[in-house]
Amino acid sequence: MKIGVLAMQGAFIEHINALKTLDINGIPIRYKDEIEEIDGLIIPGGESTSIGKLIKIYGLGEVIKERIVKGLPVWGTCAGMIILAKHIVNSDITHIPLMDIEVVRNGYGRQLGSFSKDVEIKGIEGGAFPMVFIRAPYIERVGEKVQVLAEIDEKIVAARENNILATSFHPELTDDLRMHRYFINMINERTNR
Amino acid sequence: MSNRYELNKNLAQMLKGGVIMDVTNEEEAIIAEKAGACAVMALERVPADIRRDGGVARMSDPKMIKSIQRAVSIPVMAKVRIGHFVEAQILEAIEIDYIDESEVLTPADNLNHIDKTKFKVPFVCGARDLGEALRRIGEGASMIRTKGEAGTGDVVEAVKHMRTMNADIRKIASMDEEELMTAAKEMGAPFDLIKYVHENKRLPVVNFAAGGIATPADAALMMQLGCDGVFVGSGIFKSGNPQKRAEAIVKAVTYYNDPIMLAELSEDLGEAMSGISVQSLNENSKLADRGW
Repeated sequence: MKIGVLAMQGAFIEHINALKTLDINGIPIRYKDEIEEIDGLIIPGGESTSIGKLIKIYGLGEVIKERIVKGLPVWGTCAGMIILAKHIVNSDITHIPLMDIEVVRNGYGRQLGSFSKDVEIKGIEGGAFPMVFIRAPYIERVGEKVQVLAEIDEKIVAARENNILATSFHPELTDDLRMHRYFINMINERTNR
Repeated sequence: MSNRYELNKNLAQMLKGGVIMDVTNEEEAIIAEKAGACAVMALERVPADIRRDGGVARMSDPKMIKSIQRAVSIPVMAKVRIGHFVEAQILEAIEIDYIDESEVLTPADNLNHIDKTKFKVPFVCGARDLGEALRRIGEGASMIRTKGEAGTGDVVEAVKHMRTMNADIRKIASMDEEELMTAAKEMGAPFDLIKYVHENKRLPVVNFAAGGIATPADAALMMQLGCDGVFVGSGIFKSGNPQKRAEAIVKAVTYYNDPIMLAELSEDLGEAMSGISVQSLNENSKLADRGW
């Protein structure tokens, strides 16, 4: 199994290292032809404006979109969630608008609003998950086909729509690999179908 | 270490692979954001102008910083003078995302830096070598940048500081454990952090390059030397076509290992900042020597 990690800007090495711990080959993705070879894609945390601009200029956005539509499992963390959202509050710019969610950028304010909290996630066994939020977005509203996986104070912080997974928080910044395993299972479900 | 310190180190991780640009007003901040900057540094005068004007350089007007915070959605950083903990308290009060305790401003304390553990907001500090980096981290910095020589457009000092940092790390990593205390003594660095570097073969925080980066090739050079991202100060808005140059530097930091791409990016950027060679500076006008 090869999982691509979009490597335009942001914390992509952390995801590659987490995958390595699970004996999975994580590949940094910078060119559109590299997208053809992967079984799943992680869009990491970083600045969504930087990542969004680079995938547009170099044509990765379109190729990624085509593959997701055909069923490629994809997981966006933080900025990655914004990249995948169909609607962004106070913005008319979207990037790969495939997930029927409305997100609030910097939903918890500036860096002083960054926090961590242990919260249960639907479909993740073994107790609460250590969630790290860095200038994080949250989901304000989801479409009918979107399954809400976790909420904090009625703000949605994890959700799934078929082959698209999105989290406001950063599992790659902790030692807890359950969310990465969950994503690997999404890829296995698809290939075994 | 506290949870807040972890969160602050984590924010620096999110900036990796990106370009942090100096901006002096809302228009420049918007140009930087549109060009793909991962953060902006709000300041009244870029280092090249501080160098030219002389006099005392201080923290910027909070009103100006707040106008930039309103203008963009990416993180906003601002500088305080070395040791000026009240300027830092003021920036924390306006919820700055990162404070740069910077040698570019005139130092307020000629012996001590700020005790950064007393703050909730994160700090980035300059360093010329591993000892200086670990002293700043010991004081609570959650991000390091090599100093280079700001406001010159000459990359030579940035290269020197990055190479020194790398060489120091290699040296500590290859030592016997018995040698670490003496190394800590000689480098003037906290022993526990020397041990961390010995065990992990890297700094405990993210390290950007700064000071003299003026072209896409300069930015890619620093990335190939192993930094996590770059600060560009005077290099963008003192050049002929800031928007184009800003975009080109952002792209160069992503594609730093791709000479064909770098060749394309380097074409037709207009005039680079004219600059001053570091060799022509007399010793007391070097900003990098500020910091203890």
